[in-house]
Amino acid sequence: MTAHTKTVAAFDVDALRAEFPILSRQVNGKPLVYFDNAASAQKPEAVIEAVANVWRTSYANVHRGLHTMANEATEAFEATRTKTAAFLGAEAASNIVFAKGATDAINLVASSFGQSLKEGDEVILSQMEHHSNIVPWHFLREQKGVVIKWIPVDENGALDMEAYRGLFTERTKFVSIVHMSNVLGTANPAEELTRVAHQHGAAILFDGTQAAVHMPVDVSEIGCDFYVFTGHKLYGPNGAGVLYAAGDWLDRLPPYQGGGEMIAEVSEDGVVYADVPHKFEAGTPAIADVIGLGAAIDWVNALDRTAALEHERSLLDRAEAGLSEIEGIRLFGRTQNKGAIASFLIDGAHPHDLAQLMDKYGVAVRAGHHCAHPLMKRYGVPGTVRASFAPYNTADEVDAFLEALHKAKSFLI
Amino acid sequence: MCPVMGTLSSDIDALVDEFDFLGDWEERYRYLIELGQALPAFPEDERTEDTKVKGCVSQVWVVIEPDEGRLTLRGDSDAHIVKGLVALMDRLYSGRTPDEALSIDPKEVLGRIGLSEHLSPQRSNGLASMVKRIRAEAEALKA
Repeated sequence: MTAHTKTVAAFDVDALRAEFPILSRQVNGKPLVYFDNAASAQKPEAVIEAVANVWRTSYANVHRGLHTMANEATEAFEATRTKTAAFLGAEAASNIVFAKGATDAINLVASSFGQSLKEGDEVILSQMEHHSNIVPWHFLREQKGVVIKWIPVDENGALDMEAYRGLFTERTKFVSIVHMSNVLGTANPAEELTRVAHQHGAAILFDGTQAAVHMPVDVSEIGCDFYVFTGHKLYGPNGAGVLYAAGDWLDRLPPYQGGGEMIAEVSEDGVVYADVPHKFEAGTPAIADVIGLGAAIDWVNALDRTAALEHERSLLDRAEAGLSEIEGIRLFGRTQNKGAIASFLIDGAHPHDLAQLMDKYGVAVRAGHHCAHPLMKRYGVPGTVRASFAPYNTADEVDAFLEALHKAKSFLI
Repeated sequence: MCPVMGTLSSDIDALVDEFDFLGDWEERYRYLIELGQALPAFPEDERTEDTKVKGCVSQVWVVIEPDEGRLTLRGDSDAHIVKGLVALMDRLYSGRTPDEALSIDPKEVLGRIGLSEHLSPQRSNGLASMVKRIRAEAEALKA
């Protein structure tokens, strides 16, 4: 009975908002409407407190400590690894490596996996990748002559799966694809992409930067080799990101950076590396931020996630319905089951002008290429305006956003 | 492009008066955009990598040239607000001697017309690098 009541009860957005101190501030004399969540999300009190508590009560460097605070910090730090593994459906905590962010995690994989690649070996990316999942592969193209192949994106913002299947050759070694587009909101068919990659003997990585926020993710269902996401978009601190590597991949890959923490033994003429995952964590990690990420995962787990994601989706629907009525509007990303990200252009109105003018009305949106030049080129546009939603946003804010957009447009057209 | 010039300070005062006459930020922004719209057409063949202003998220082109010992400026942008800022720079700098140009404090002027938020390197509207280029041109002309 109680469970049933919970699912039909309206999502209590006011209670949720009360957990985010920043949402009560004003911008340019107007109540803040924060629709730049896909760039970085705001932090709940639970995360702010968790980070502050590390500094206040039990901060010390982690691992190998022989004193109480070092042990407390290590326990809290390693607890995040366990929570992260559970959050992603990973086999074990030892399959989780902490990185600075998703960018850092992709660079780690490209660099370490890339060592085995030879001239003419092929890597498959898609046209909707963020630069963080393009440039590390360009390094391998420049350094080793690795060939990058691109999955086309159709007019609605979906991957051309037929073309994807046709890209494979015996030289295809790796596939690296965004799970959910930061521009289009498209949720790509991860299981099917993985199945095809594995059929051809290629390893596959998903950039889960947006997906980890906007949908439940289970790497055991996807069956992928690598999965990355970043903490700061999941309501956690900056500086703590995650690499999941399936099975014994971490044992098989050479280390990325060298330094303290990642070794078992160092002599004048040799190194013995530490066990995984520590082999990939050189230097003092972002201790408080990783512990804060653990708090963020706890916070997300405590949400009624289905209701929260439905709420986000209702905001997207409301925004897109309002946008559709605007003359000269072009909406990008028209697939079903997309994440709560709306990208658009209005004929004759530059995205930067719109974003700057909307800011004057207290509305924070992002305008530009969203670190996705190939996607912009695909659609033949210099950039878009992007409004991205979080569970703490409201229908009233969507209306304020639409009103601000109409006003901003009146300056320009 | 630059009709009869008054003294530098009277021209700046006149510009400030035009904006003072306007009430809230909305009117000032509408006027700024109008100033940009009134700029003469910028020749297509001058839209080159050389004339493009770095550090701007939208596209901006500016040509600064000497004309009988005075600066001339023309430019364009695909964004209306930035184009308005180009028009403001034109009002401020075109027809000035190098010494006059170097004596202008654009931050102070923008502050007086309520648009100072635009002259910060973080705004990435290219205005800061536009001013840098104008000043470099003035220095070169002086030498």
